[in-house]
Amino acid sequence: MNYYLLIPFLPLAAFLINILFGKSLLKENAHWVAILAVAGSWVISVATLIDVMGGKTLNQDLYTWVSSGGFKASVGFLIDPLTAVMLIVVTTCSTLIHIYSTGYMHGDNGYYRFFSYLSLFTFCMLMLVMANNFMQLYFGWEGVGLCSYFLIGYYFNKKSASDAGKKAFIVNRFGDFGFGIGIFVIFLTFGTIYYEPVFSQAGAFATKTVNFLGYDVHLMTLIALLLFCGSIGKSAQMPLHVWLPDAMEGPTPVSALIHAATMVTAGVFLVARCSPIFSLSETALMVVALTGAITSLFAATIGLVQNDLKRIIAYSTVSQLGYMFLACGVGAYTAGIFHLYTHAFFKALLFLCAGSVMHAMSGELDIQKMGGLKKHMPITYWTMLIASLSIAGVPGLAGFFSKDEILWMAYSGPSPVGKLVWLSGTLVAFLTAFYSFRLIFLTFHGKFRGTHEQEHHLHESPKSMTIPLMLLCVGAVASGWVGIPALIGENLGIHNYIAEFMKPVLGHPEGHGTHGEEMMVMLVSVAVGFAGIGLAYFMYMMRPDLPGKLATQFSGAYKVLFNKYYVDELYSAIIVRPTIWIARNILIGVTDARIIEAIVNGVPSAIGGFSRQLRKVQTGFLHHYALIMAAGVLIVMGLMLMRSW
Amino acid sequence: MVPLNWYLMLSAAVFSIGVFGFLTRRNIIIMFMSVELMLNAVNISLVAFSHYLQDLRGQVLVFFIVTVAAAEAAIGLAIIIALFRNKATAHVDDMNEMKG
Repeated sequence: MNYYLLIPFLPLAAFLINILFGKSLLKENAHWVAILAVAGSWVISVATLIDVMGGKTLNQDLYTWVSSGGFKASVGFLIDPLTAVMLIVVTTCSTLIHIYSTGYMHGDNGYYRFFSYLSLFTFCMLMLVMANNFMQLYFGWEGVGLCSYFLIGYYFNKKSASDAGKKAFIVNRFGDFGFGIGIFVIFLTFGTIYYEPVFSQAGAFATKTVNFLGYDVHLMTLIALLLFCGSIGKSAQMPLHVWLPDAMEGPTPVSALIHAATMVTAGVFLVARCSPIFSLSETALMVVALTGAITSLFAATIGLVQNDLKRIIAYSTVSQLGYMFLACGVGAYTAGIFHLYTHAFFKALLFLCAGSVMHAMSGELDIQKMGGLKKHMPITYWTMLIASLSIAGVPGLAGFFSKDEILWMAYSGPSPVGKLVWLSGTLVAFLTAFYSFRLIFLTFHGKFRGTHEQEHHLHESPKSMTIPLMLLCVGAVASGWVGIPALIGENLGIHNYIAEFMKPVLGHPEGHGTHGEEMMVMLVSVAVGFAGIGLAYFMYMMRPDLPGKLATQFSGAYKVLFNKYYVDELYSAIIVRPTIWIARNILIGVTDARIIEAIVNGVPSAIGGFSRQLRKVQTGFLHHYALIMAAGVLIVMGLMLMRSW
Repeated sequence: MVPLNWYLMLSAAVFSIGVFGFLTRRNIIIMFMSVELMLNAVNISLVAFSHYLQDLRGQVLVFFIVTVAAAEAAIGLAIIIALFRNKATAHVDDMNEMKG
C-alpha cells in the first residue's frame, strides 16, 4: 500500500463520520473532523509533490471496479506532475476554505451537513484528478457535480437557491452527455479506457476518419470535441455558462472552493490531461481556443455592469476559465494549468473577501449600497486589493505571470487563430482590470451608501476568516513565482520551473518570436491592465457621475449587458418553456393520464369486475354445489361413454 | 349363483337413490344419510367385483371405506350438532353464510 492513497480517502472518511454522527454527536464540532482530514490530505499532497519533483511517478490499480468482457475499469491512481499540481491546488484551497467556513458558517443549522458535503466534494475532486482511467474520471466528475448541486441548494428553503442548484445540474447534463459519448468512442477506438494505452496509441489513429451522421469525421477531432463538451458544461463556457452566475446562491465558501478554485477548473484539467488527443486535431484545438476567447470576452463585458458583488466575481471566473481554454487551444497546456493554479488562489481569495464583506453587511450583495468599507475592515480591504491587482495582471503578482504566459503563447504559437485570440485576450485583460477595480472602488472607497443600521453594524470578520484570507493572499502574490518567463528570469538565473516540471506530461511549445516581440506582448498586457485600473479610478473615484451618464447615453448597450445578453431569456424561450409545455401537455396530459394511468388502473378494475361476476357462483346454498357436482359427474361420465363408443 | 350384473344393478340403484336424496332433500341429516348410502353402494360393487374376480384386494378396500365412513360420520354428526345448536334448525337453506 502506498501513502498516496490516503489523499482522497481521508476526506471520504471525514464525510462518513460527519454524515453519520454529525447530527447527533459532533454538532458544533463537525469542522474538526473535516479540517483534520483535509489538512492531512494537504500534508500528503505536499509530500507527493516533492516525490514527483524527484522524478517519481505512480500508475497503480487499487481495485477492479468493472470487468465485463473486454471492458475493464478500476479504481486506480495516476500520479504525475499534472496530478501533483492539481493536488496542491485542491487541497490547499480546500483546507483554507474549510478553516474560513468555521467562521463564516458559525451558528448555521446545517453546520455538520455543510462540512460533510465539503469533505465529500474534496474526495470526489481528488478522485477526479488522481484517476488513471476515464471511468474514474467520470465518477469524480459526476461526484463533484452532485456536491455542487447539494451546496448551491444548501439554503434549500430559499426558492432561488434550490432553482439554481437544479439549473446547475441540468445544464451540466448537456455537457456530460457529450462527455459520456466521448468515453464510449474512446473505448470503441482503443478497446480500453486507461489513460496510458489510450494516449500512447493515439498517434496511430491520427489520420483515421469515421462516418458520423453521414459525414466523414476525423476520429481524433470527434473524440476531442465530445470530451470538450463535458469541459464546456463543467467549466461554464459558452453556451453552457448560464449556471455559474446563478450558483452564487450557495454559501460563499462554496463559491470560492467549488465555483472558482477547483471544480469549474476540472474542464481545463480534462483538456490538459487529454492533450495527446487534442494535439492531434487542429480543428478541435481551434474550437477550444475560440470558445475560450469568446467566453472570456463575453463574460468580461457582462461583468462590467453587474451590481451583485458575487456575480461580478462569478463572471470574472467564467472569463478567466475562458482564458485557460484559450491557452489550451493554442497548445500551451502548461500555461493553461499555470493560470488554473494561480487563478485558484486569487479567485478563492476574492470570493472569501466577498464573503467577509457580506458578513459585515448582513448578507447585502449590491455594491451600489456599499462604499467606504475600507476603514471598517482593513484586512479584507487589503487582501481583496491584492487579489484584484493580481487578477488585473500587475507585474510581480501571480496573475501577471500566468496571464502573460498565455498571451505570449497565443501570440507566438503555431495556432492559426493565435493572433486573433491574443487580441481578444488583451482586450479581456483590460476589461478584467476595469471591473475588478470598479468593484474595489464601489465597495471600499467613497462614502457608505447603505442604511444607517447597516453602517452601525459594520465590523471586521473574526480571525478564523481573516487568517485564511491572509494565507491565500500569500498565494495570490507568490504562486506565480514558479513560472517566471525566460525573458525576465534569464538574467537573474531563475528558470520557468513549472514549465520544466510539466514538460514530461504536457510538453512545452516554444514560442516563435523575438525577445522584442515578447517584451511588446508583456508591456501591452501590463499597459492595458493599468489602463483598466486607471479608467475605473477615473469613472468611480474622480467622476462618480460619469457611469450613470454613460448608462443613459448608451442605454441600449447597457441594457443588453446588464441583462447578460439575454441568454437566460433565450434559453427560457427556446428550451425551458417548450420542454415544460411538452411535459405538461404531452407527458402528463397524454402519456401519463391516458396511457400509463389507463393501464395501471385498467388492469385491476378489469380483474375486479371479473371477480364480481365470478363470486355469484358462490351462492352459499349446499344443494347448488351438490347439483353442480352431480352435473359434473354426469358430464364426465357422458364424455367417457362417448369415447368408448 | 347370483350373476355379477345383479349386484351392479343393485349398487347403481342404491347410489342413484343416494344422489337423488342428496339433491332433493333439505334436511341436513337426511342429506348426510344419502351420502352414507352412496358410500355403501360403492362398497357393494367393490365386494361383488372382488368375489367375481377372486381377488381380495377389493374387500380390503371396503374395510378402509367402512373405517373412513365411520370417522366421517362421527365428525359429520358432530358438525351437524354444533350447527343445530347455533341455528336451531337442520334446514340447509338457512345455512348460507358462505355466500360470495
